[in-house]
Amino acid sequence: MTTTLPGVSRGARRSPGSRRSVVAWLFLAPFALLFLLFTAIPTVAALGFSLTDLRGTDLRHPLAVDFTGLENYLRLFQDDTFVRDILNTSVFVAFGVPLTMGIGFALALALNSGIRRLGGLFRSVFFAPVVTNIVAVALIWQYAFNANGTVNKVLGGVGLAGPNWLDDQHLAMPVVILLGVWRNFGTAMVLFLAGLQAIPQDVYEAAALDGAGRWRQLRHITLPLLMPTTLLVSVLLSVFYLQVFDEPYLLTDGGPLGSTESVALYTYHQFGAGQFGLSSAASFVTLALVTLVSLVQFRLLRPRA
Amino acid sequence: MTALTAPRSAEVTSADRTAVRRGSVSRPLLYAALVLCALLTMLPFLWVISGSLRGLDEIRADPGAWLPLHVTLDNFVRLFRTEGFARFLTNSVVVAALVVAGNVVAASAAGYALAKLDFAGRRIAFAAVMAAMMVPSTTVFVTQFVITVDLGLADTLTGIALPGMALPLSVFIMRQYALSVPDELLEAARIDGAGEFRIFFRIFLPLAGPAVATITIMSFLVSWNNFIWPLIVAQSTSSYTLPVGLAATSQAAAHVTDYGLMLAGAIVVMLPVLVLFLFLQRYFVQGIAGTGMR
Repeated sequence: MTTTLPGVSRGARRSPGSRRSVVAWLFLAPFALLFLLFTAIPTVAALGFSLTDLRGTDLRHPLAVDFTGLENYLRLFQDDTFVRDILNTSVFVAFGVPLTMGIGFALALALNSGIRRLGGLFRSVFFAPVVTNIVAVALIWQYAFNANGTVNKVLGGVGLAGPNWLDDQHLAMPVVILLGVWRNFGTAMVLFLAGLQAIPQDVYEAAALDGAGRWRQLRHITLPLLMPTTLLVSVLLSVFYLQVFDEPYLLTDGGPLGSTESVALYTYHQFGAGQFGLSSAASFVTLALVTLVSLVQFRLLRPRA
Repeated sequence: MTALTAPRSAEVTSADRTAVRRGSVSRPLLYAALVLCALLTMLPFLWVISGSLRGLDEIRADPGAWLPLHVTLDNFVRLFRTEGFARFLTNSVVVAALVVAGNVVAASAAGYALAKLDFAGRRIAFAAVMAAMMVPSTTVFVTQFVITVDLGLADTLTGIALPGMALPLSVFIMRQYALSVPDELLEAARIDGAGEFRIFFRIFLPLAGPAVATITIMSFLVSWNNFIWPLIVAQSTSSYTLPVGLAATSQAAAHVTDYGLMLAGAIVVMLPVLVLFLFLQRYFVQGIAGTGMR
């Protein structure tokens, strides 16, 4: 009870209050330490690195590093590879987000419209890709989309000669996006399901009494009331796809001819080449894109009060 | 969807109402569509199972075949004999154990403090937890790597585990749970003269079972499936985790393409998670839905 009056506890009971603060910070210490070391300091340091010509070989000689200001950023945007990778990443977001959301939403609608029997089973099946290891799945994907793989076997069955998907400049990206969609639609589905179940049933009953059919109910009740969930899912997925790394790295390592290289992969490749400054600058472009996309979407989709 | 709607009269009976709620008219079609989607979703899993049970000669003869002609466990036998595989498996287990332990300790203490203790800087501390959930991993991995090198932990299992040992999401889950524990319980113990640590261990933790379970499952999953960070930190094969080892093996073998070995490896990586998921899917799904809605 003594804690509920901050004005009193701060003035009159100064010593027990500050002692309590010390205890509380002891509780927080393990998390705070790891947070400082692996999130706070790295974020600030990454900004610092991005303004220098730091190389992997400089780690033992920090004094040899020069402050170069915005030079890394200028280099990035004059680099055709980086510009191409930004476009690739945009393609990933532009196709990945709507596909993932569309499939997730359709399945959530289906599961929410009175599927009693097997509902739990369907939900588990659709969610299983989310928890599955990406390296393992990517291997299966390579196996299936190989020139002699299972997908082409199926195509051969109907008389079509399938290409070598992942070696084709125009076909690799769709396959990589497909893997991303397969891996993420379960998350979208579960979030949409939670949103749908939060809509009170009597709203629909009232609408049905007024003669509104299913389509009008969907358009005038479900979609508007689901707006906060839609916003959440689209931001989550955009932020996720903007950082896409695992799928292109594992399936194609950015190839063929860079056609699937994402910004995150560029960051990784520059890091691997020892270009820590340039790599950090690229990673800050990602951070900027993530922030920008989130802000724009919150603006566009915020429910009007 | 319009086409599937039953014509509705102005007079609505209670039977009609349940029809509205359940959408009974379209049900057979709905089930058919769901079964089709489920099969498509499961295809990769079916491929991997069927592929891993085929012998090497059979795979070479016809890589794309659907079903094994002769079911064999040969791939798994060869996998466990492969150099390094047992090591990768052990490494993955050790890293996951460290990550889970770290999360349970750090997050339960931090979550409790954020929810139940009044202290200077509480709002800032909570804001920091929320902000930490937003920072893209691609933004920090270079500097995380430099720090890990400076700590002398590059290429060690501790270095692989450390950044994941206190996930902000774990703290968030624990805080939300702690908020639901009544203050009166803790106050009563305080009046009886119990110290904060005693209250935490004797009263709060025993009540926090479900939250601890959630954190355990979630952090195990994150650690077991983590790829980009171990890929960066593990520099010699002796510290590879299973996913990194598997990826490296498959890339090194790109021209040999021993798919049998790879598919068996894929099964071993996926199996613990799928088994865990099978038993606990309700909590996974609720966990995702719950954190999303708040």
